[in-house]
Amino acid sequence: MSLRTLYALPLLAAGLLPAVRAHATEAEHVRATHAWIRVLPGDLPAGGYVTLENSSAQPATLQGASSPAYGSVMLHQSSTEGGMGRMVMVDSLVVPAHGKAELAPGGYHLMLMKAAAPVKTGDKLKFALQFSDGSTLDVDFVARPANATGDSP
Amino acid sequence: MIPTDSRMTLRRGGRLALLFAFALGMLALSGCHHDNMQWRLTDVSGHMPDLDFKLVDDHGKPVTGQDYRGKVVLLYFGYTHCPDVCPLTLAQLHVALKQLGPLADDVRILFVSVDPARDTPDVMHAYVSAFDPRAVGLSGAPRDLEALSKRYRSAYTREPDQADGQYEVSHSSAIYVFDRDGKARLLSTPANPQDDLVHDLHQLLSPGSPS
Repeated sequence: MSLRTLYALPLLAAGLLPAVRAHATEAEHVRATHAWIRVLPGDLPAGGYVTLENSSAQPATLQGASSPAYGSVMLHQSSTEGGMGRMVMVDSLVVPAHGKAELAPGGYHLMLMKAAAPVKTGDKLKFALQFSDGSTLDVDFVARPANATGDSP
Repeated sequence: MIPTDSRMTLRRGGRLALLFAFALGMLALSGCHHDNMQWRLTDVSGHMPDLDFKLVDDHGKPVTGQDYRGKVVLLYFGYTHCPDVCPLTLAQLHVALKQLGPLADDVRILFVSVDPARDTPDVMHAYVSAFDPRAVGLSGAPRDLEALSKRYRSAYTREPDQADGQYEVSHSSAIYVFDRDGKARLLSTPANPQDDLVHDLHQLLSPGSPS
């Protein structure tokens, strides 16, 4: 099997899914807003943030993300319990039915490492958010300066 | 024999007098301290040692706590490979200083690395400069960092390495506020609203503030 076919397989599978399933995919029901990245100097790991809203009567489960701009994208959660700042890797994040989930500073976030090229403030970076049914949602993340507190200036 | 009710009255009178004396005493005490300011953050005055350390700043210059006398100091422990909470805290401090306007020229954010293996002065310089011109990145020998951390009962732990050799460092999330004389005054935590920090810094920086 050629590499090209190998790459095409998941795409093919994703394309077939709506045909086999009676319901639309999780990704189709999720709307992403406030997608931004806090750019840090050099090759330091950066944080990615986004608000996810689910219009479906079923919960949607975010299981991960990928981007051509970063070699490594992980779903993490920060906590400051007991006065200690900690980070843990998490497997998934549920976007409740008719509800929303926020990846925001100090909580859930995407930890972005191994940037393919230096990321500059103002850059728009393509991400694919992966859900538990195999569906993906394409989202553009905007690069914001280190001292930003949100997605808008 | 004294009737019960009058004995009660006497006792109550005695208690009132005591209370009154106590109140007077408190007034006198607060008069001595001439400190009737209301702080919104946790007041740690007299409960923590003065600012003192021997570290290296982000220009590679050896510095001590004495070098920051005359400035109100915000001391925060963190590390540059921390993608979420440390940048958030520094961004919030930057916003707080912006709200203070020119008063903030007398403030220094001292960002102390708990990851001296990776946080060289060069890395620290690029990092703190991205947040605020009044931020200084301090690193140094592990034992000197430990000494400073212990002095303020702050804690940090290097977590086990991941497959790719990366690692996280768990660390105290508090911000320690020192006055111009290097006296520990306030403790801010992520739970405190930003306005409280701005309010207290304003009070600490304003002319005539007790120090």
